[in-house]
Amino acid sequence: MKNELPRWVDMGLIPLLNVTAAFLVSGLVVLFIGENPILAIQEMIFGALGYGEGFGFTLYYTTNFIFTGLAVAVAFHAGLFNIGGEGQAYIAGLGVALVCLSLGATFPWWLTFPVAIVGAGVFGAAWALIPAWLQAKRGSHIVITTIMFNFIAASLMVYLLVNVLKVPGSMEPATARFAAGGTLPYLRDMIPAFGFSPANVSIFWALACCVFVYILIWRTRLGYEMRTFGFSQSAAVYAGISPTKIIVVTMMISGALAGMMALNEVMGQAQKLQDNFVAGYGFVGIAVALMGRSHPVGIVLAALLFGILYQGGAELAFAMPAISRDMIVVIQGLVILFAGALEHMFRPSLIKLFSRREPALAPAE
Amino acid sequence: MEDFLIKLPLLLDSMIRLSVPLLFAALAGLFSERSGIFDISLEGKMLGAAFAAAAAAAVMDSALAGLLAGILVSVALALVHGFASITQRGNQIVSGVAINFVALGLTVLLGQAWFSQGGRTPQLSPDGRFGELTLPFADQLADVPFLGPLYEGIISGHNILVYAAFLMVPLSWWVLFRTRFGLRLRAVGENPAAVDTAGVSVIWLRYRAVIVCGLLCGFAGAYLSIAQASGFTKDMTAGRGFIALAALIFAKWKPVPVMMACLLFGLLQAIPIQYPQISLPGIGIVPGQVMQALPYVLTVVLLAGFIGKAIPPKAGGVPYVKER
Repeated sequence: MKNELPRWVDMGLIPLLNVTAAFLVSGLVVLFIGENPILAIQEMIFGALGYGEGFGFTLYYTTNFIFTGLAVAVAFHAGLFNIGGEGQAYIAGLGVALVCLSLGATFPWWLTFPVAIVGAGVFGAAWALIPAWLQAKRGSHIVITTIMFNFIAASLMVYLLVNVLKVPGSMEPATARFAAGGTLPYLRDMIPAFGFSPANVSIFWALACCVFVYILIWRTRLGYEMRTFGFSQSAAVYAGISPTKIIVVTMMISGALAGMMALNEVMGQAQKLQDNFVAGYGFVGIAVALMGRSHPVGIVLAALLFGILYQGGAELAFAMPAISRDMIVVIQGLVILFAGALEHMFRPSLIKLFSRREPALAPAE
Repeated sequence: MEDFLIKLPLLLDSMIRLSVPLLFAALAGLFSERSGIFDISLEGKMLGAAFAAAAAAAVMDSALAGLLAGILVSVALALVHGFASITQRGNQIVSGVAINFVALGLTVLLGQAWFSQGGRTPQLSPDGRFGELTLPFADQLADVPFLGPLYEGIISGHNILVYAAFLMVPLSWWVLFRTRFGLRLRAVGENPAAVDTAGVSVIWLRYRAVIVCGLLCGFAGAYLSIAQASGFTKDMTAGRGFIALAALIFAKWKPVPVMMACLLFGLLQAIPIQYPQISLPGIGIVPGQVMQALPYVLTVVLLAGFIGKAIPPKAGGVPYVKER
């Protein structure tokens, strides 16, 4: 039996089937709670896309998911699993906050923003550097070290927020609010229909990052080396590619991309550095990258879907009080399960189906 | 210094209480990982079990029913992980992440739908919890110097799951290192092809390993919600599944060192509770966050091979494909 499937089946139909399965199971959960899943979906879609402010929130969530999804995808291409986006984004928040606090009062936002991008990237990359170096040089498993680094980052940031960065006299573990030059313009300033949504210009930077990632992975020598390394480490070494270089560089790019998320959250939305602002977006990046097949176009679509889920889920919790916001977390989990871990579940039956229908294309070997 | 000595029994007592969920979960991970199935969903299984245990104990007013419900849910989640990683040969890390998310969401979603208390379960009555046991002669021996306080204050006075957890250590050692099942289980984590050649089913062995893992995570979760606390609260595991995973690695996948690692990590959690302000000479006051981060830092340092070397089971994380 040949294992080949037409490209459109591999890239389109299989992800679609997987996501459909995840949503069917989610529908069963809604039924089990005693609500109508069709009405729930209508409510979610209207809440996320039906009016300006809702759509603005959808775009704001989408921005986070594009960054964390790209981060996971870049590592996937080199055969690495960066599960530490959570910690990398948290530490990057510190980089953004330091830039915004020191420059925000003197310079306009369009001068602060590029420096903040560098701050986010450098801090995020630095937090990915140690696990990468340990994997490359000492052989410690990158999945385990990046998980551990998420928790270390959380402790470190709580310490810094409570003991160093907190406004004296305030109870909240957060920095002072940034001055106007340390904040990003909202989309609502240009398009009033977006209401009070926090969507801001960092979404354009997210889209630019998609282009950069596409060029990096498929149009540069480094990207070629990364993909070779991901495909076969021994072949890459045989071809003279340094594993240490690929692991370290890939993880730093990945960490920097995860860190960009902090621009949207810290500089755009909260306009100050807060406790636990990453709130799981780093982990959702795994689902986004899996669903988007680690391709920038797929990631934008998957990030939009998760943006719709987040915003729609919040609206759904208002409309149907029996379904709390945690429904979104369940759906995320199911998408990761079906699109990731059970990715090949439908493949054997599809292969059978297609080899029966197109016998002419599969000549006897 | 005097303050330190007065609080020492309390510190050791909370060390034991805090290390129990870690111990159950780390032993759970031991069975799974020794069979070659990486498991980062200890956290999710514990959380699912904690919710099921508290919900069942509240409805049926019985701690035992709660424990059984917790085990049932945890084993069910373990079977999902098994199906994804053994039968479907999926990525074990991805499957673990998925289970953690599903458990985190479903526990609160169902808790809110069933009990309408913001994701909590109702406060349990004494019948719905595992109460504290006083070991024989604890009161009579209390006045004996040194041994008395040790026996009365630290060893006695825990609930039955605490003693069960520490009994699981020799039991796990015996199962893994002195039975045929254990030998095969360890072999399947190192060289599944050899086990297959000997005519033993790799798939069935690994399924049994993940079921044992689910069972022990069920105990861990039930301990949290119906023995230590009296009810479920959102995300009540709070990363304990990952500390347990760290303990498992720190102990180099061996049962008795697992207990030591869990006691150490339990102690690190207990210190900031009993001594909020510790100062070390030359350093000053040690922030509580240092204690929180220390288990993870120690594990990273160990994994990097700077103090000894932690070598995972060779076939860990690799799905087994039968050769033709």
